[in-house]
Amino acid sequence: MSPRDESMSSVRVGVYVCHCGTNIAGTIHINNVVQFSAALPNVALAREYKYMCSDPGQELIRKDIQDYKLDRIIVAACSPCLHERTFRHATEEGGLNPYYFQMVNVREHDSWVHTDKIAATEKAKDLIRAAVRRVRLHRPLERRRVAIKSEVLVVGGGIAGIHAALTLANAGKHVYLVEREPTIGGHMAQFDKTFPTLDCAACILTPKMTAVKTHPNIMLWTLSEVTQVQGYVGNYTVAVRRKPRYVLEDLCVGCLECIEACVYKQARVPDEFNLGLSKRKPIYISFPQAVPQVVVIDPETCIEFKSGKCKKTCVEVCGERNAIDFQQREEIKTIEVGTIILATGFEVFDAGRIPYYGYGVYPNVCTALEVERLTNASGPTGGEILLRDGRKPKSVGIIHCVGSRDEHTNRYCSRVCCMYSLKLAHLIKEKTDAEVYNFYIDMRTPGKAFEEFYNRVAGEGTHLIRGKVADVYPAPDGDGRLILQVEDTLLSMVRKIPVDLVVLATGLEPQRDAQEVRRLFNIGCSTEGYFLERHPKLAPVNTFTDGIFLAGCCQGPKDIPDTVAQAGAAAAESLALVDAGFVELEPNTAHVLEEVCSGCRTCIPVCPYQAISFVHEKNKAEVNEVLCKGCGTCVAACPSGSIQQNLFEDQQIFEEIGGVLAYA
Amino acid sequence: MPELFEPKIVAFFCNWCTYLAADLAGTSRIKYAPNARVIRVMCSGRVDPQFVLEAFARGADGVLIGGCHPGDCHYQEGNYSALRRFRLLRRLLKDMGIEEERFRLEWISASEGDKVRAVINDMVEKVRELGPLAKSPAVGRPLEEIAA
Repeated sequence: MSPRDESMSSVRVGVYVCHCGTNIAGTIHINNVVQFSAALPNVALAREYKYMCSDPGQELIRKDIQDYKLDRIIVAACSPCLHERTFRHATEEGGLNPYYFQMVNVREHDSWVHTDKIAATEKAKDLIRAAVRRVRLHRPLERRRVAIKSEVLVVGGGIAGIHAALTLANAGKHVYLVEREPTIGGHMAQFDKTFPTLDCAACILTPKMTAVKTHPNIMLWTLSEVTQVQGYVGNYTVAVRRKPRYVLEDLCVGCLECIEACVYKQARVPDEFNLGLSKRKPIYISFPQAVPQVVVIDPETCIEFKSGKCKKTCVEVCGERNAIDFQQREEIKTIEVGTIILATGFEVFDAGRIPYYGYGVYPNVCTALEVERLTNASGPTGGEILLRDGRKPKSVGIIHCVGSRDEHTNRYCSRVCCMYSLKLAHLIKEKTDAEVYNFYIDMRTPGKAFEEFYNRVAGEGTHLIRGKVADVYPAPDGDGRLILQVEDTLLSMVRKIPVDLVVLATGLEPQRDAQEVRRLFNIGCSTEGYFLERHPKLAPVNTFTDGIFLAGCCQGPKDIPDTVAQAGAAAAESLALVDAGFVELEPNTAHVLEEVCSGCRTCIPVCPYQAISFVHEKNKAEVNEVLCKGCGTCVAACPSGSIQQNLFEDQQIFEEIGGVLAYA
Repeated sequence: MPELFEPKIVAFFCNWCTYLAADLAGTSRIKYAPNARVIRVMCSGRVDPQFVLEAFARGADGVLIGGCHPGDCHYQEGNYSALRRFRLLRRLLKDMGIEEERFRLEWISASEGDKVRAVINDMVEKVRELGPLAKSPAVGRPLEEIAA
């Protein structure tokens, strides 16, 4: 018997089986499991309790450690992702090292996924037996404390990123706000009015945009993208690519004279901000309130970039300000931050993917965002809602759920379309006095003052027709109108309604590059492609990577109030980490057992973090615990078993394997 | 072969993708066969070939490794190590008379709760058809000898 085996025989394990109300007890025969556990070698005490995570449940552990001289604790309950920390803490409070604890997942992995009660009970027993055998070998460990950098990186300058950045900056933290477009503001800057209050989007957004620019604690980088992320919570090193604007931000005063002076007398390039509904010049500003208030040159269309033979009237008129610099080059900036907030937003569903609605085929079929631009006073028509030929529409049909709640595109509800469709119905009616028809599947207006807004719009005489539009086609009499064919499910009849303008209430989708972005930041995505939160209810802004938080539509479709609330939450979570000044890391790192290491160096190339080095004097490998992230790949690779991983030692896992397979 | 043979599957799931997928299956109340026993490791790259051998030697009828999809490893490339070891080990196991269906490596991301169900059910069915490993005619030596 080795010394360790000997000390193992005296180990006293306490096993606690949680009912979790009926969540576990409804499927697993708790009594049976407790009796079984009590009879296992080394088990000094086995108990059941209705809710182990409750205060009395935790108190039970604390008290039993004293009364029964327990030195190992096992709780069979929910997933360790939920309550491992809770019970480690209780173990510690009882006077033991917190790592003398092992959790057994009998809820998510057992009672919730099996219907056969006997089989589920047997599974619970196997898992507990494995844990008892494993926990005997646990060693006392200490969490590593590392200092946390107080700077925060916010990626994305829409309303989510703006709000998060301002909150953090106001708390005195230095914030880098990185936005890939020439201006911040995001989608919200493109909207006209916001539901349900109908306050103008620009009026509430632009003061916040200006505040970002003027805030001493915010470093705003537009036309910039994150290209590399290294490090770990508290200590991220991030590379940011700053694309050239060809206009020096410090020198440009935003007089816009250069735009006027451009050799292009007429604007010819489709304007991205207005979704191509208007034209801009090669030197332009996205919209009048853009932040930074600095023009940008598009090298794709600028004559100087294409031929090098432009008269450069822009430079001439800029004069002594000397703000235009055709030589500007891309720059890579490296910054060090403690935490990161991702607020990379969404993309609007491409309406062309539903061919029977005729977007891109019939000129008077447009998307809701296009109508937002039309109805906006600074938009391409100066705020008038017009057909492509310049006439005012007399009738408008708004089709809900385009690219949402649809087997062929996206199954999920985009959450905002019903409300913005009602808002557009109101605005269109107000501006054109047209007959407005809203075609909906279900009217979804849950939210503060949302139902009231729905009643208001319904009261204004908007026709609300329950049915999914099946086809859009030109009226046969050639008067330019479009016919919407729909089954009105309240009247139980097919209707054909002629309108001048069709508005498609397009849904929200993840950004096109969401997959690349999530890999960059080492986080997950849900099936729809939105960034995955750590817990849908209890950690909605956290990710599975510590120190990286989510805000806004990159996590899922949501409206502006929810986005702002989430951005505030992400900022608060970030602050909580940064303000603590340090962060505690799991001690699950690897270490080399020098006496057995043969110096073969197999482990060195398998480490993705270059944490293992070779010490020539000793002819041994050495793990740098600061760099080690605890994956254990080197441990599995070591041919002589001379690398061990804390919490996942070979012997501990062998015991677990034997435990699940030992037939009682 | 007994009619109601219930195979024992030992599953090594990585902490960041597949273990979470199994948690998600739980919160979504997705039902699947109760034959698998999950052992959590931080990364599929931690799965030492010895763990797999030990499991078979101790009476497992099948061993499943679950990791993050290629390119998605929480530790950048641990799952590639797992893949390389898996391929080699499966050939070795085959030479030892352990059928390929008994040893699987699956990429299951944290959002694929339903894939946990599909993979475990499928594996249980396939291994059930093969019968218990201990009685498999393919395995020539008594289990104790392998375990020793």
